[in-house]
Amino acid sequence: MRNNVLIIGGGPAGLEAGANLQRLGYNVLLVEHSNTLGGHLGKWDRLFPGGTPASAALDKLLGSMDGVKCFTDTEIQSINRLGKSYNVILSNGITVLADAVLVATGFDLFQAEKKEEYGYGIYDHVITNADLELYFKTGLDTRINAPRKIGFVHCVGSRDEKSGCRSCSKVCCATAVKQACEMKAAFPDAQIYCFYMDLRMFGRHYEDMYLEAQRDYGIRFIRGRVAEVSENIDGSLSVKAEDTVSSKPLKVSLDLLVLMAGMRPSVSGQRIGSLLGMQNEKDGYFEVLSEITAQQRSSIPGIFLAGAATGPKTIPDTLADARGAATQIDKYLSDIFPKAKDLKQLIKTAW
Amino acid sequence: MVDFGYGLLASSRINLDLFDKGKFDSLAAEEPDVRKCIACGSCTAVCTAGKFTPTSLRAAIEELQNGRDEVAMNMLKGCQLCGKCTMVCPRGINTRHLILSIAKIYSKKK
Repeated sequence: MRNNVLIIGGGPAGLEAGANLQRLGYNVLLVEHSNTLGGHLGKWDRLFPGGTPASAALDKLLGSMDGVKCFTDTEIQSINRLGKSYNVILSNGITVLADAVLVATGFDLFQAEKKEEYGYGIYDHVITNADLELYFKTGLDTRINAPRKIGFVHCVGSRDEKSGCRSCSKVCCATAVKQACEMKAAFPDAQIYCFYMDLRMFGRHYEDMYLEAQRDYGIRFIRGRVAEVSENIDGSLSVKAEDTVSSKPLKVSLDLLVLMAGMRPSVSGQRIGSLLGMQNEKDGYFEVLSEITAQQRSSIPGIFLAGAATGPKTIPDTLADARGAATQIDKYLSDIFPKAKDLKQLIKTAW
Repeated sequence: MVDFGYGLLASSRINLDLFDKGKFDSLAAEEPDVRKCIACGSCTAVCTAGKFTPTSLRAAIEELQNGRDEVAMNMLKGCQLCGKCTMVCPRGINTRHLILSIAKIYSKKK
């Protein structure tokens, strides 16, 4: 009998882990609460640093899912330890006995309307990074109307204790620089400003992207957090910050303001966490057994974690994490269900 | 001494040897949050006095740590204690209270 592995979450982490576990010979069942697989990746247009189309990355992930049973529009109703395994009841009435569970519940985007001072949902020309990606995908957004002056606000719902989000969301700096360049390409006459506190260009090629933004796209980087936004009578926006480099308060009128909404622990993931009795850290993301040597293991035997459920990650970070989780699950199942592993080996060699 | 017709200006270089650690430590004992500033400039951006006078809490904290106490105090003397900066600080620092504490510890007037 092949071991059953249940994956909760059909984003990049769940898909990558699913494909790898299926390939390792397990019986993989993936449960996704929304109606589509792909998570946030499905709503994104292009990926930093090279501008890879998100749809190409997603197609690649979906293309390796052969044999993985996927249930969309499905929730976990209950999950209980039964011997060495977990008895899981799904909202579609199916009951599964899972020998290992991978929690890949990802993240939610910070709700930008919570930062009232930026006027998202109140002013006509304030949008989020996700709105802009959707615009790049569809070309439709009435708030974007040939803007000549565009601002990007970094760290919206990140590094902000006022909104209860102390941590850095890791990906927004690079996303802002990418989107700023894309907007300049789309609107060559526009002047673009990025308001940042620190630019965290930590990844390979990210610094090159930053250099290109300055040199080739003429993006102006202003070191200061936007503190106030107000709407003028003509619909344009008055934005205030401090230019901390020149130590002067600064004001600029803009036609479009893009808020870089950060990552928050997903609400549906938190529900799974409470079903499992899993611990969160202070930042709201799931606790891992060891942040250095056991990033994909929870403190509960048989429960594994991958992707942004354990903190903000880029897509390649998430995929690497998911592959790591797959090997960790394989190791665990081989140790705890040695006979099943032997049988698995037998089937492999016999066939 | 020959008069060459010009004098020497005082150095504008920051000299960290002038930093009064004892004083700053006593400020930090009273206001531990002073060490939490990430110099984002939100306080200065919304400052009602900052538009007209060189008022900047962000810069003042920096100057205190650079041993330029007097420069720092000058940056805060325009403060009207309106508390707008407290509303925007992403680190949740009670900036208004911090300014009062700085004035208490660094003021030369007794």
